[in-house]
Amino acid sequence: MRGILTFACAAALGLAALTFGPGEAGAQQMKKVKIGTEGAYAPFNFIDANKQLQGFDVEIAKALCAAAKYDCEFVVQDWDGIIPGLVAKKYDAIIASMSITEERKKVVDFTERYYKTPARFVRKSGSKIEITDAGLKGKKVGVQRATIHENFLNDKYAKIVEVRSYATQDEANLDMVSGRIDLLLADSVVLSEGFLKTAQGKGFEFVGPDFVDQKWFGDGAGIAVRKGDKDLREALNKAIRQIRTDGTYKKINDKYFTFDAYGK
Amino acid sequence: MAVIVGHLGQFASGLVLTVEVTLLSLAAGLLLAVPVALLREARHPALWIPAYGYTFYFRGTPLLVQLFLCYYGAGQFRDQLEAAGLWVWFREPYFCALLTLALNTGAYTAEIFRGGIRGVPRGEIEAARACGMSGILLYRRIVLPKAFRLALPAYSNEVVFLLQSTSLVSIITLMDLTGVARVLIARTFMVYEIFIFIGALYLALTYFVLWVFRCVEWRLSAHMRQAPEA
Repeated sequence: MRGILTFACAAALGLAALTFGPGEAGAQQMKKVKIGTEGAYAPFNFIDANKQLQGFDVEIAKALCAAAKYDCEFVVQDWDGIIPGLVAKKYDAIIASMSITEERKKVVDFTERYYKTPARFVRKSGSKIEITDAGLKGKKVGVQRATIHENFLNDKYAKIVEVRSYATQDEANLDMVSGRIDLLLADSVVLSEGFLKTAQGKGFEFVGPDFVDQKWFGDGAGIAVRKGDKDLREALNKAIRQIRTDGTYKKINDKYFTFDAYGK
Repeated sequence: MAVIVGHLGQFASGLVLTVEVTLLSLAAGLLLAVPVALLREARHPALWIPAYGYTFYFRGTPLLVQLFLCYYGAGQFRDQLEAAGLWVWFREPYFCALLTLALNTGAYTAEIFRGGIRGVPRGEIEAARACGMSGILLYRRIVLPKAFRLALPAYSNEVVFLLQSTSLVSIITLMDLTGVARVLIARTFMVYEIFIFIGALYLALTYFVLWVFRCVEWRLSAHMRQAPEA
């Protein structure tokens, strides 16, 4: 009995897949694309007081969808599960300030970059911590888990500093304010817009150089798609070029930054 | 597989932290649970109401919320905690993890022991009283030993739950087994391999705990088994 039931279910599912397979539906209306993002990485992607997704990534994503004529829907996913979520087909693309790195390229495909900003440290004003091996000795550095910044810290400074990994950048910022950690390492724009310029970030400042080593920080932030999803990747690449040339990118950029986030 | 073998050192340090946090909070929770269980059974409201409030809160709210409250919540009251000289403790994630887990398991264990105390047959207590025991002596010799024995199976469950609950401490930056796994997954994206591996480690730990309890129960129930035939 059980066997028959299972077979019937499988058959029904197979039939459903045949009828509602991809492509067929897309031919008549705009193709539906699900976009995964984090929603806790201001000013790039965050959830505002009205529970709406906002930010540079989100607006770029909407512009790209418009340019590529996709019907897009956002899915919010915690950062450290964001690539597994893509692989598991919970969404089709990640637009969440994800840096294009060799490690990630083994698992997902990337479009070209849509912005590129350096990483920097933040210290408490007047704390006099210098970003040298001697200056960092024994310091506690907060970083977001599963980021290029965490990899960079673990590879370059693990023997010198104590690395504290947080689930979100917000939590790292909180611990910086409460004084549990001495330094933050993150994307410079995220730190300046999402922390230093807020009331919370008063009394903190940047320290040390811009970090852009390609080995860790890759080629800027791109859009991740599943391996082999060539159609979507090419369509998004075309859309990125289009919004760069038609001024849409600049309009969004100027709303958030005083410099061109696309980088050189 | 190469990923797991290549990072065995990290897994080992994570495993040590997991076991350490489990044992320390278990010990602290146990020390806390006995007096709380006795207070819960007290007749005077000034005694049982605080004990009831404590178990009510810690059993009624999720452990994750308690961890966040202790860690990020305490961060907001830095000045007050500093004034009280407590900040040196609360600034350490390790302390917050131990405190929260100990208070949490203490509340559950207290309820388990209370059940044990309730389960002591009235006849035994009456017999003890008839022999002239009262108060502390009665509890020390008759009620508590019997209650421990009755509570043991339920307590072994609590130990297993606690062991598994420690996986939450990675959320406040501790590098326990789960924390290590998440860092490695972030670098390798081998979700299944790594989680299955640490799952197997937790499983082994769990069955080790259960085996220890079975041994203890076997020893404590000698009087209930038939004497071996000579």
